Amino acid sequence: MLRMEHVDKEYHHRGKLVRALHNVTLEIERGEFVAVVGPSGSGKSTFLLLFGGMLSPSSGRVLFDGASLGDLSAEERARLRARRTGFVFQTFNLVPYLTALENVMVPLFLAGMEESAQRERAEGLLARVGLEGRLDHKPSELSVGQQQRVALARMLANDPEVILADEPTGNLDPETSRSILDFLVELHREGKTIVLVTHDPRVAERAGRSLRLVEGAIVEDGRHEFAVVG
Amino acid sequence: MKLSTLVGRELFERRHQLLTGFLAIFLGIAVVVSIQHVSHFSEMAVARQLDQLGANILILPKSASLKDYYSADMQSEVMPEEYVTAIALSDVEGVNNLSPKLSVPVRIGEREFTLTGILPKSEFQAKAAWQGAGVFSRATGHVCAADLPGYVKPSGDEILVRRRVVEILGESEALLGAEAAALLGIESGGVLELLGKSFSVSAVLPQTGTVDDTRIFAHLHTVQDLTGKGPALNAIEIVGCCQQITTGMVRKLNALLPEAKVVTISQVVDTQVKTNAMMANLSVLFMVIIVLVGGAGIANYMYANVFERRREIGTLMALGAGSGMVLRIFLLKAALLGVAGGIGGYMAGTALAVALGPHLAGVTVLPLPLLLFWAVLLSTAISLVASYFPARRAARLDPCASLQEV
Repeated sequence: MLRMEHVDKEYHHRGKLVRALHNVTLEIERGEFVAVVGPSGSGKSTFLLLFGGMLSPSSGRVLFDGASLGDLSAEERARLRARRTGFVFQTFNLVPYLTALENVMVPLFLAGMEESAQRERAEGLLARVGLEGRLDHKPSELSVGQQQRVALARMLANDPEVILADEPTGNLDPETSRSILDFLVELHREGKTIVLVTHDPRVAERAGRSLRLVEGAIVEDGRHEFAVVG
Repeated sequence: MKLSTLVGRELFERRHQLLTGFLAIFLGIAVVVSIQHVSHFSEMAVARQLDQLGANILILPKSASLKDYYSADMQSEVMPEEYVTAIALSDVEGVNNLSPKLSVPVRIGEREFTLTGILPKSEFQAKAAWQGAGVFSRATGHVCAADLPGYVKPSGDEILVRRRVVEILGESEALLGAEAAALLGIESGGVLELLGKSFSVSAVLPQTGTVDDTRIFAHLHTVQDLTGKGPALNAIEIVGCCQQITTGMVRKLNALLPEAKVVTISQVVDTQVKTNAMMANLSVLFMVIIVLVGGAGIANYMYANVFERRREIGTLMALGAGSGMVLRIFLLKAALLGVAGGIGGYMAGTALAVALGPHLAGVTVLPLPLLLFWAVLLSTAISLVASYFPARRAARLDPCASLQEV
């Protein structure tokens, strides 16, 4: 489903060359739940954004379902993200001036869905994450846990095949964190391919496979026997 | 969710920041609209004043000179009266008054006078074809003296003195210049014998200090018949209106009447052209300043807005927005800002001009609805052009850097 072939990613930061990833080659099968762990600055987020087509590798290839993302135009990559990929961020990244319902409607609008259908689907998704009573609340009127659940509903809007989650529990209390992870596990059971970046080993244990990144290189690639047990 | 909802919500949410961008365009457009209003009505006032100076274009027989004309316009050369019809039926714009005439010397007792045949305006209006051509109202683009709001038409005698136009003049009626009347000892209502015909004197004209004071005016066709010259003229005087004089009127008249000589009375035309040019240049100067200041204000606001929304832009890109969509979001916002600034600026500028016009420029200013269209067009164009580069920057943002995830 997702594949990297000899990927290097370098960029300049304040005049200095930063090597985010170095010669990474791996494959993630359809339906896998992969956790990417490693210290800060190890290239975890770069890894995720490369799979999302939001970054281009300095060298090597990134493939999504057999298609090289580098061969797609920026607009084609945007369409791919809109229809087949869902992002979840540590800081939720909800649009602050839109209500919970409108935030969930955004990806549906970007995918070209009719407004009435957008509304119906967004209401259903917010009900699924337990926020049917908070449709008209803006992010600032919601708790952090509720905000992350809105972000999860938004991520699911276009029923993506691949979920790319960047520290989705990083800003949450243990109980909310557990419920978010339970939700991701449930999505995995439904057949979604999930790549989750975390620095928390307990979170990584919930995944079926762990990749350890250090200084831009994969130093460990292991599978867990009882990965999806909650 | 629609694009307009997304843009509208953001505009409303950050309305206080929006105020700076809106004010830049609103104030700029208000100033432009205000200047346009005042200069338009000032231009009309100048046109009215210049119009009162008399004819500014002459049509003479080819061989006649201006010197002949000024020596009591009695050159021996004549041209056909058909030229008047040709002008009336042509597409020449800006003819505010048309005065054909034929002058001949006449002797009454021991004294010599000039008998000038003129065509009363009622005869122009009586000719359906001329009326249809609308010769006296074809001054498009600029309103001439006769059309000015609040303009009180001068009395018949004054019009004759200035423009040699009278509304009605019977075939046996005559008008006497002040000096001619004094010399002949005839008053209004008297009878005058001329070339074997008896004329009743309809009016004695006010003193002008010109050759007209010794002139006797009668109906053109009567003078033509009495002198046996047939349908001939010495000159056609034209009061050309406003900018049409400089925008092809003389050229068109030359093309229309290749056998005649078309001359402008330079002082009058020059004054008119210079005044119009000065007002036009002033408007352009202000327009350029406003475009630069307003555009810079909008661009500054939009750059700040793009910077502030980097994370949001990155998020939208992660959710599937392409660079084209991001560009549209910012340009739609700019267009809404432009339309609002244009409408608001028009209203404020019009109110300002109506209130201050009489005090600052000494003219009565009325709202010009057409300026609303131009205000909105200009405002939107400024806003879109000024926002294009900030919008393009937003569309080209590195989503990773904007998400601060790397």
